[in-house]
Amino acid sequence: MAEKTTVLNLPEDELVHPGNRACAGCGLSIIYRIGLKALGRDTILVVPPSCLTVLQGLYPIAATQLPCLNVTFASTAAAATGILAALRAQKNTSTTVAAWAGDGGTSDIGLQALSGACERGENFIFICYDNEAYMNTGVQRSGTTPQGVLTTTTPISGKKQKKKDVPAIIAAHGIPYVATASAAYPIDFYDKIKKAKTISGPKYIHVHTPCPSGWGFNPRYTIKIGRMAVESGLYDLYENENGHFELSGPSQRLLKKDRRPVSEYLETQARFRGLSEARIASIQQEVDAKWETYRAQPS
Amino acid sequence: MHVIESGNVAAANGVKLARAHVVAAYPITPQTPLTEKLSEFVDAGEMDAEYIPVESEHSALSVCIAASSAGSRPFTATSANGLLYMSEQLHWAAGARLPIVMCVVNRGIGAPWTVWNDQQDAFSQRDAGWVQLFACDHQQIIDTVIQAYAIAETVSIPVMVCYDGYILSHTYMPFEIPDSDTVDGFLPAFSPEYALNPAKPCNLNTVTLPDIRPDVRGDTAPGYMEIRHNLHTDMREALNVIKTVDEKFYSIFGRGGHCFIEPYNCEDAEYIAVCIGSLSYQLRDVVDALRQDRIKIGVCGLRVYRPFPDEAIRETFKSAKGIIVLEKALSYGYEGALYADIKAALYDCDNRPFIHNYILGLGGREIKTQQLLDALRQSCTIDIPVPQWIGLKM
Repeated sequence: MAEKTTVLNLPEDELVHPGNRACAGCGLSIIYRIGLKALGRDTILVVPPSCLTVLQGLYPIAATQLPCLNVTFASTAAAATGILAALRAQKNTSTTVAAWAGDGGTSDIGLQALSGACERGENFIFICYDNEAYMNTGVQRSGTTPQGVLTTTTPISGKKQKKKDVPAIIAAHGIPYVATASAAYPIDFYDKIKKAKTISGPKYIHVHTPCPSGWGFNPRYTIKIGRMAVESGLYDLYENENGHFELSGPSQRLLKKDRRPVSEYLETQARFRGLSEARIASIQQEVDAKWETYRAQPS
Repeated sequence: MHVIESGNVAAANGVKLARAHVVAAYPITPQTPLTEKLSEFVDAGEMDAEYIPVESEHSALSVCIAASSAGSRPFTATSANGLLYMSEQLHWAAGARLPIVMCVVNRGIGAPWTVWNDQQDAFSQRDAGWVQLFACDHQQIIDTVIQAYAIAETVSIPVMVCYDGYILSHTYMPFEIPDSDTVDGFLPAFSPEYALNPAKPCNLNTVTLPDIRPDVRGDTAPGYMEIRHNLHTDMREALNVIKTVDEKFYSIFGRGGHCFIEPYNCEDAEYIAVCIGSLSYQLRDVVDALRQDRIKIGVCGLRVYRPFPDEAIRETFKSAKGIIVLEKALSYGYEGALYADIKAALYDCDNRPFIHNYILGLGGREIKTQQLLDALRQSCTIDIPVPQWIGLKM
């Protein structure tokens, strides 16, 4: 069995330069740094408009040491397809092609191209960092914004609709690997990318990514809040490998212990302040019901 | 090899001979037989290329943009609403300076739905930063596709090869498929200066500031406006490249020689009819008939719409008394876009000819030779307001 990944044995090679343009406490900057270590230097990145576009720097200076193609909002997965086709034409089957998009660029405007690429079986890793709104443009609601959240386009009564379950949509394409991760568990995310690299075909990793400025919390609590989302059972870490579903470490352990009340997580962020007591109670009920189904599943 | 085949098959053979590495396409009438033929070439092993059956035209051009950025020679094709669905990517491909070649099989735009021919699709994308070439027959389609790669890769600007839907795409005509080795001699393998490569990382199409900015070594990099200025300057330079490529093609294949304007009976012409695409060949019969009535008239087919060959236009039209522009497109609320462009090009002439404008054939409305005869005769006789409509039943 391979050596267990820890902060001590992560590759020392830094592929993201320090001093980039991310906000203080940015969850993306954590997973981007760790994720690129997992992807390695023989990788070509595809990035649509998102906070990552800004993090990467302004021409002619770039914060990333990997080749990167910036593309239009709706085209991420199609662009990854084009790079793969070019590499195949050049008889290169070793270079990893990784698309790295936000939740808007994945679940809303990028979903058609992503669905097409998954259906075609393109051999790429698609990473969606989900900060649950259009943060780069100033916190507008997206398809993955949770119900009740205050954003600049749901400013008074909060978002009326539920969060879109993108990993489930992608898994329905029957692709070989779908996983969820969290910026609060970067080693788990690292291991999932490493596993994805060993699998042929489309791989999709959806990463819950706390955003201090968009969610309304002190930048020092990014990891803490990300962990509370998992520990309350609101956001679950899992792998779906060829249809086989398995909760990952931190979520797996919740099967045998008490979860934090969701209210503890919701209280930490200004975006949830519009939630009524009744709504919070109903969120707790939904989470409890979901975990009952997890517990009922044969492991 | 001489064959009798459709215009779409002519285009497909041009793409095959140009050795495109990556073909991405989404079906739309009347482009479909072209991409069907390419998928057949790839599936049969006759063409060493990746065929990507994408889920939309937007993705088709995305695949080409990325493949070209990664150093491969791509191809796509579309028509009408498919071209419009690509619009964002058209500008992106030009801004990123990628030598993509795309066939646009010209068709009218919905709403209301039409599948028939006009040229509103290509004309509406005039300012996207692509070279726009138009073919008049099947031989020109295959020859222009091959030349398009030579032009695109010399100036790093994408090229549209446009031809009339159905009239050319679905009709069968004889044409020559050039020898593969000879085409290889004309069109060398694609070797871009920059490409995505892990051994030499670069970040392409990053956010660019309004002003110039130094890089980490202190060298000045252009701002957005300099990048746009360079595109414009190189687009103008493309006129010279189109000419050079045509001359080289002519010397090897013996075809071409009219890289901007293809004239017919224009040597002593007092009046010249001007249009783009297959209509210019239909007008040859009309001109012949008018010549029998001693009207000194000729016809010119424009092969290039962008970059606009304004010098060639002035040179060809400067001695004429009158110019009659016929077009299958319209800038709503003004006049035909080609008419406006030609009128502007002639502004500097010492003796400006009069210039008339006819709109015709929209959404595939039949263009009868007698209608053309009446229109040209009218323009050679009386002054008329513009634009006039041919075949309108109001």
